[in-house]
Amino acid sequence: MEFQSCVKIINEWDIVAARQLGRNVAKELGFGTVDQARITTAISELARNIYLYAGRGSVCIEKEYVNGKSGMKIIASDEGPGIQDIRKVMEDGYTTSGGLGAGLPGVRRLMDEFDIDSFPSKGTKVTAIKWIR
Amino acid sequence: MNQIVFTFITHSRDYMLEEWMNLMKENADERLINVVSNEMFVQTSAEFIDMIISNTRRNNEEFASKLSDFAEKVVRLGWPLSFIIEGLHKFTLVVINGMVMKEQVTKDNQMEIIYDLDKWTSPMKQEIISIYTQTWERTVSLQKMALQELSAPLIPVIEGITIMPLIGTIDTERAKQIMENLLTGVVKQRSEVVLIDITGVPVVDTMVAHHIIQAAEAVRLVGAKCMICGIRPEIAQTIVSLGINLNEIVTKNSLKKGIDAALDWTNRKITKVEE
Repeated sequence: MEFQSCVKIINEWDIVAARQLGRNVAKELGFGTVDQARITTAISELARNIYLYAGRGSVCIEKEYVNGKSGMKIIASDEGPGIQDIRKVMEDGYTTSGGLGAGLPGVRRLMDEFDIDSFPSKGTKVTAIKWIR
Repeated sequence: MNQIVFTFITHSRDYMLEEWMNLMKENADERLINVVSNEMFVQTSAEFIDMIISNTRRNNEEFASKLSDFAEKVVRLGWPLSFIIEGLHKFTLVVINGMVMKEQVTKDNQMEIIYDLDKWTSPMKQEIISIYTQTWERTVSLQKMALQELSAPLIPVIEGITIMPLIGTIDTERAKQIMENLLTGVVKQRSEVVLIDITGVPVVDTMVAHHIIQAAEAVRLVGAKCMICGIRPEIAQTIVSLGINLNEIVTKNSLKKGIDAALDWTNRKITKVEE
């Protein structure tokens, strides 16, 4: 692991801090404006999920270098209530908070790789990667 | 205060200043060295030491005003609080070391001297911390107010057409305010068409989109038409990827196109006047 920086999500403004960090790293790595927007939006969704459902957690950004490809990895983890039915939250339009229900499935579409791990009452960890094309 | 300590402190100012500056420079982080010039550092350090010394003279009023002046100054200079507290701590060390060197500290009186120094520096520490936090709290509340002032103005352009330009991050509180301003404004100004311009919104995620959709829906309910302008290409792409449905809302990529469309809806157009 070459580089990792984290932002703790405790209040609503930490979402902005996480987003800002992501945007800076994405710029540094040479992502185009569209991909920068995708990455920041994905971070925003993940950080907001932490804020809304778990109360507190963290968003970490890593630079990834695999087989000559470089990219950016987002790890959003919390020790919140966890997700009961992962298949359901990955469906478009499913929401428990009255939102649009597009967050997690949206993040999966915004990023190249997506992985979610969750244990009820233990917490949730979402990992997503975007490669530079 | 103990007479020996008092005499020492009031008589060896220059020695202490020099020792203290050396100690502090050794431990200072780069951030501070970068923002503060050497002269400034020496000058402010001297002021700091003088201020601490003046506190021994037991003139509380003079000390209090000096302390708040000093705190204001270092806050303005951008000295971190940790540095100042560290400085106060180091100062105590310098005093003890100096007194040990002069062999004024003996086995019998060492505890007394340490207690004395502690009793003397603790209130100073308290005071510095409280001045610092007061300054911060003030700054934060002022900025919050400033942010609220530029939150969500509703601007009438032509009779029946109003614009709400949104700039910056939209959080829950702002979203509420936007909705309120929008609805009261639309009714008060008898708008027929409202243009919400999101050129200045850096990120449109599902929450922001949700608030915009709700606002548009509410505007429709009070009898006006709503249009979203300033959707940049990259925002358009992320909205599509997120799978947000904006089909019910008219959208334009620039405010100019939005105004053109709004004029069209209200059966008007802008023409050049022939001379």
